[in-house]
Amino acid sequence: MKLNLLLLLFIFFSKFSFAAENTVDPNLIHKNLRCLVCQGQSISDSNSDFAQTIKLVVKDLIDEGKSEDEIYEFMSDKYGDWIVFKPQFNTQNSLLWILPYIALIFGGFFIFSFLKKRQ
Amino acid sequence: MQKIIKIIISFIFLFVISIFYISLTRDTNYNTSSLINKETPEFKIISFNDSNYYTRDDIKNNYTLINFWASWCAPCRIEHPILMKLSQTKNLVILGINFKDKEPQAKTFLSELGNPYDLLAKDKNGKHSVKFGIYGIPESILINKELMIIQKFVGPLSDDDYNNIIKIIE
Amino acid sequence: MLSNLGNILLFLNVILSLSIIYTANRNLKISGGIDKNIFQLSLIQSTSIIICFFVLVAAFIVSDFSLIAVYQNSHSLKPLFYKIAGTWGNHEGSLLLWAIILAIFSFLFLVYNKDHPKKFRLLTLIIQNILILGFLFFILFNSNPFSKISPIPSEGLGLNPILQDPALAIHPPLLYVGFVGASIYFSAAIASLISNYSERSFSLSIKNWVLISWCFQTLGILVGSIWAYYELGWGGFWFWDPVENASLLPWFAMTALFHSLIVFEKRNLFYFWVIILCLITFTLSVTGTFLVRSGILNSVHTFASDPTRGIYILIFLSLMIFGSIFLLFQKYKKENYDLNRNSKETFILVNNWFMMFYLITVLLGTIYPIFTDALTDNKISVGPPFYNAIIFPVVVVFLLFMALGPKTKWIKNKFENIRIYFLILAGATSLNLAIIFFFKSYSLLSNFIIISALFLIISSLMDIAKAFKKNKIDFARIISHTSFGFLVLFIGLNSIFSLEKDYNIKLGETKKFENYSIQLKNLDLKNYKNYQAIIGKLEIKNLNSNQINILNPEIRIYNKPKTLTYEAAIKTSLIKDYYLTMSNIDRSDYYNIKFQKKPLMAWIWISVIMIVVGGLIRLFSNAKNN
Repeated sequence: MKLNLLLLLFIFFSKFSFAAENTVDPNLIHKNLRCLVCQGQSISDSNSDFAQTIKLVVKDLIDEGKSEDEIYEFMSDKYGDWIVFKPQFNTQNSLLWILPYIALIFGGFFIFSFLKKRQ
Repeated sequence: MQKIIKIIISFIFLFVISIFYISLTRDTNYNTSSLINKETPEFKIISFNDSNYYTRDDIKNNYTLINFWASWCAPCRIEHPILMKLSQTKNLVILGINFKDKEPQAKTFLSELGNPYDLLAKDKNGKHSVKFGIYGIPESILINKELMIIQKFVGPLSDDDYNNIIKIIE
Repeated sequence: MLSNLGNILLFLNVILSLSIIYTANRNLKISGGIDKNIFQLSLIQSTSIIICFFVLVAAFIVSDFSLIAVYQNSHSLKPLFYKIAGTWGNHEGSLLLWAIILAIFSFLFLVYNKDHPKKFRLLTLIIQNILILGFLFFILFNSNPFSKISPIPSEGLGLNPILQDPALAIHPPLLYVGFVGASIYFSAAIASLISNYSERSFSLSIKNWVLISWCFQTLGILVGSIWAYYELGWGGFWFWDPVENASLLPWFAMTALFHSLIVFEKRNLFYFWVIILCLITFTLSVTGTFLVRSGILNSVHTFASDPTRGIYILIFLSLMIFGSIFLLFQKYKKENYDLNRNSKETFILVNNWFMMFYLITVLLGTIYPIFTDALTDNKISVGPPFYNAIIFPVVVVFLLFMALGPKTKWIKNKFENIRIYFLILAGATSLNLAIIFFFKSYSLLSNFIIISALFLIISSLMDIAKAFKKNKIDFARIISHTSFGFLVLFIGLNSIFSLEKDYNIKLGETKKFENYSIQLKNLDLKNYKNYQAIIGKLEIKNLNSNQINILNPEIRIYNKPKTLTYEAAIKTSLIKDYYLTMSNIDRSDYYNIKFQKKPLMAWIWISVIMIVVGGLIRLFSNAKNN
């Protein structure tokens, strides 16, 4: 079983070392932008005028060599943070990103306190 | 110690519930106000008759209302009389941007209802609209002499909006 | 006429609830068994609320538009099945369904728990009836499905066409049995606290109810995702949308609950933790309802919402929360545990630990935008990238624990090799984190998820082999755990190997990508009874195997109410789904088509069904043993 796992690990890693390219995927960006005129859909899911326009602009921005995060920043500059599905890590959102992990660590600590100190 | 924990827990719940309560009374409609009080973005947009380009230099030294419109947009017809009224006022330049439209239809629209625009440009594929944070038309943006965006109007301009604009520019 | 009948029945139910509370309260003070009248009253209550519901169903069937609820949600031309399903497809009708479940569970709990103390049973009944009263008042004063409208309209407004769907017709009842069913162990937990009934046998009174609600909740979530998959036309099945999160939150709590109930039953540990979980589950159900129905969250799944409803549910919710907290603080006694780190108790606690982590993450992600908006006036969106980034790395560790946990024994495990497993685990985790840190690649993460899922599956299968030798197999656990491993595995493979292409295409045009070609061969306009459809005929050709598939996505224009919907064309096979949606582009003769190849979709559904099968097996074996 361990051998299988090692083999699997190997296959996956080798697959990855080849696929590590640094291109920006427009589809991914479309998925992470909210279509403001639709009910809860992403730009990728929508075909509205707004979504089409955003798709064109995203394509331009990628051609200009902007990175994924720069594109999100551009969009939230123009339309507010509401448009980006991935909340930025800033002071306002710090609790959102950190609290789950605090809960995780705290929970682990809690369980540990229940364990026998010595076997 | 236990008492403190109890108090903290109660406070957390109280806090959550009061936030819920506050949110109930808030307007849930979204409007993009993030551009207000920011500088007008750089732009270079082609005029309606393809003769020249408009940039920020063309709207300096005056109050400007940038209006995104199209002939296929029904609410644009509703706000048109107000734009016509606004075109009478001095010290306001109206820059109309024809959004994703076909030229003949746009021309008919203007000849039928009148042309309120001091400057007229077109945005064939809508890309320019994104610079101004437009997400549906009609939308209008009021810009002051220092090229600061001071107001944004989503949806057709109303009489209240008219009075508001007049007040600001005077 | 139907309206009056309905209202009378609702009032009757209020009176019945009050008299149950009154009689039960009086019965508490006298010795002897439970008064026979209470059983009768409870039976009458269940029956009359069911009749009340059928009155509403009848109003929908005969299209009695004098009722606002019928007028707003039905239409005389609608097929009979959807007229009936329309009864619970709207806010008012669904509340009536809530009330039914509350009443029936209340009655059955009373009947089936003969072996438990009288005081506990009566108190549970009283608490449950207080909940029922709360809902009845909500129905009567705020969301009455029997409200009349005058003048009587001649025709209804119809039902949103994307809601006219068999999956969506059964989705709400399944989900409601799940999270409204949680009310009964909420009541039982409160009753247990008040009557100091903290013996092990308390677990027996609620464990089947927890299992039932969990099975239904799981199925409800499944049906909801299947519907979203083929109806919403994006090819995804989970969007981390607030409404979906609302159904997932009680699920985490239930899952944690029935695991720790096992410990409580076997070892008499964690009493207060079990109680807290019971309270949390139903509280989360009501919180979810509040978030969805009050309209403070923007969601894909539109539910007509209004703030006055929100205030009512919020008051109800606050009473529940502060009542429970107050009682818990009164009764809480510190418990000291001394668990062996290789024992089953510890591992079940670990399960709870992760469930709470998921719960907190999803809850936080769902309500955080409300907080930023209220406190800083800044609206943010918390979408899939957040949940994927926070939850998935932890799923890897969770699966490894899940593989190891069931191998351990109660109290103390003799199997000392477990240390090696822990070492492997620690190594794998740190390696995992290191690689995420260096490569910053999500797909790498999905590889890890796949590895850990395989680890779980393999070790579960090894367990089966071992158990066969000893002739002692716990089918329920093995099936559920293995299927969970498979579920994660299939989701991982699906996300890695999905293919998605988006084109604007004209009639007759062909597009090529990878080893596929896609051609828009034909467009057809057809008239149906309540809609018109533009039906596209698209030919998908696999250039390697020359295999041809014809897919027919539709654009539908419904008459009542006037809505445009896009029907995806899906070709399902055991290996993969072809998924195609077509939409018109305004003011042009191009059509936007979105083609997706989604591997192993069918297996994702099957895995979830198998997880439920495990739960059902446990339920039946429990029933047999009692």
